[in-house]
Amino acid sequence: MLAARVIPCLDVHNGRVVKGTNFINLRDAGDPVEVAKRYESEGADELVFLDITASHEDRDIILDVVRRTAEEVFMPLTVGGGIRGIDDVRALLSAGCDKVSINSTACKDPQFIRKAADRFGSQCIVVNIDPKRVDRDGKEFWEVHINGGRTPTGLEAVEWARRVEDLGAGEIVLTSMDADGTCDGYDLPITAAVSDAVSIPVVASGGAGGPKHLVDAIKIGKADAVLAASIFHFGQYTIEETKRVMQEAGIAVRLSSNQPSA
Amino acid sequence: MITIVDYQMGNLRSVQKGIERIGGSATISSDPKEIAKASQLILPGVGAFGDAMAEINRRDLAKPILDFIASGRPFLGICLGLQLLFERGFEHGEHEGLGVLAGDVVRFDLPNNYKVPHMGWNTVSTRKPCRIVNKLNDETHFYFVHSYFVRPTDPSVIALECDYGGPFCAMVSRDNLFATQFHPEKSQEVGLKLLAEFSKLGDANGVDE
Repeated sequence: MLAARVIPCLDVHNGRVVKGTNFINLRDAGDPVEVAKRYESEGADELVFLDITASHEDRDIILDVVRRTAEEVFMPLTVGGGIRGIDDVRALLSAGCDKVSINSTACKDPQFIRKAADRFGSQCIVVNIDPKRVDRDGKEFWEVHINGGRTPTGLEAVEWARRVEDLGAGEIVLTSMDADGTCDGYDLPITAAVSDAVSIPVVASGGAGGPKHLVDAIKIGKADAVLAASIFHFGQYTIEETKRVMQEAGIAVRLSSNQPSA
Repeated sequence: MITIVDYQMGNLRSVQKGIERIGGSATISSDPKEIAKASQLILPGVGAFGDAMAEINRRDLAKPILDFIASGRPFLGICLGLQLLFERGFEHGEHEGLGVLAGDVVRFDLPNNYKVPHMGWNTVSTRKPCRIVNKLNDETHFYFVHSYFVRPTDPSVIALECDYGGPFCAMVSRDNLFATQFHPEKSQEVGLKLLAEFSKLGDANGVDE
């Protein structure tokens, strides 16, 4: 049975894993390669690096992190952040990452999704969608934002999700700006609406405060995978114990301790 | 020496790193002469069927690959490298494959609640014993990412099956020919174990330079 994927996300700034609130008060959480290895041994199903290095001139740093990580871990690796052109995609894939996650560039130039998918295959093109609840003429509107929630795009999340699927995206990572950073749980209505609207996998992101939230994202939010950052970073929960909670709730997961020994 | 066929269709370095991790070594090459003298050959690949065949043909690699397989030396196809072994692929139109195995490559046609691509870790079940796969249990997961799957005409080539809205072929084997729909190089310990077993097969098959 296909397992629900649990995906730790690491914010990488200047080659170090960091965790902060709204990108301030960044706390150092270690060397990306070491953290990646720890997550692999705990049973992470995939890994996401979000490159929050501000300057595009420092792209070589993330490429080096990807290269070193890909030497050590043998699971799918996704990199998001700062992808502006086909050359960025090519450089990341050849450094050893398996998927790239595109957000702002996709919103500004939707045809970029098609170009990248045609060139490298849909399986490696992930589109990040960051909706925020706004009021439009007295009605709630799920508006897609870029730049970490600061810039509205006018796009509606469910409609945009359908569009990126048509353009060739292979997967959607959905981060509700209202839920992100709250630790109160994922935004289940938006996640379920997007998951129902598309036939490609949807990864729930933003808001996880504990294993129960991951259960809800799969069961109520109908997500295919769950992404979480802070609950894993400081040893609050291990991936293994999180997956056990999911399994007890009737969700198919891959437990590394149940794999035959090599 | 293990040779990984380079035809510009992705993830070659991942496969090479997998081989290195288990203590082996592999070269990446698109040179027909290198392929001819390899002790073992790996055909990896991600992307579209038609594009992949076009790249193989553009580099005149079809004949060296077919000759290699016919020689009986160990061959491993991965993902698209499994699909290309079949006669026909139906991704964006109909395309002719390498035709080593009889059958088609078709898209998942499933109810709405099944997402395509089939992406993630899935369990497999054994259809017949295979020399490079052992010690599987009901909880053994491999990493898959694909929208198309192979339908062999001769079911006796199926070594492993996976279930996604119905059973499909996850691995074929015939003599020294092996090919997986999943990615052993992305399947952590169980995947590296498969690469290690494949790597061992070459010990008696080297072609001296």
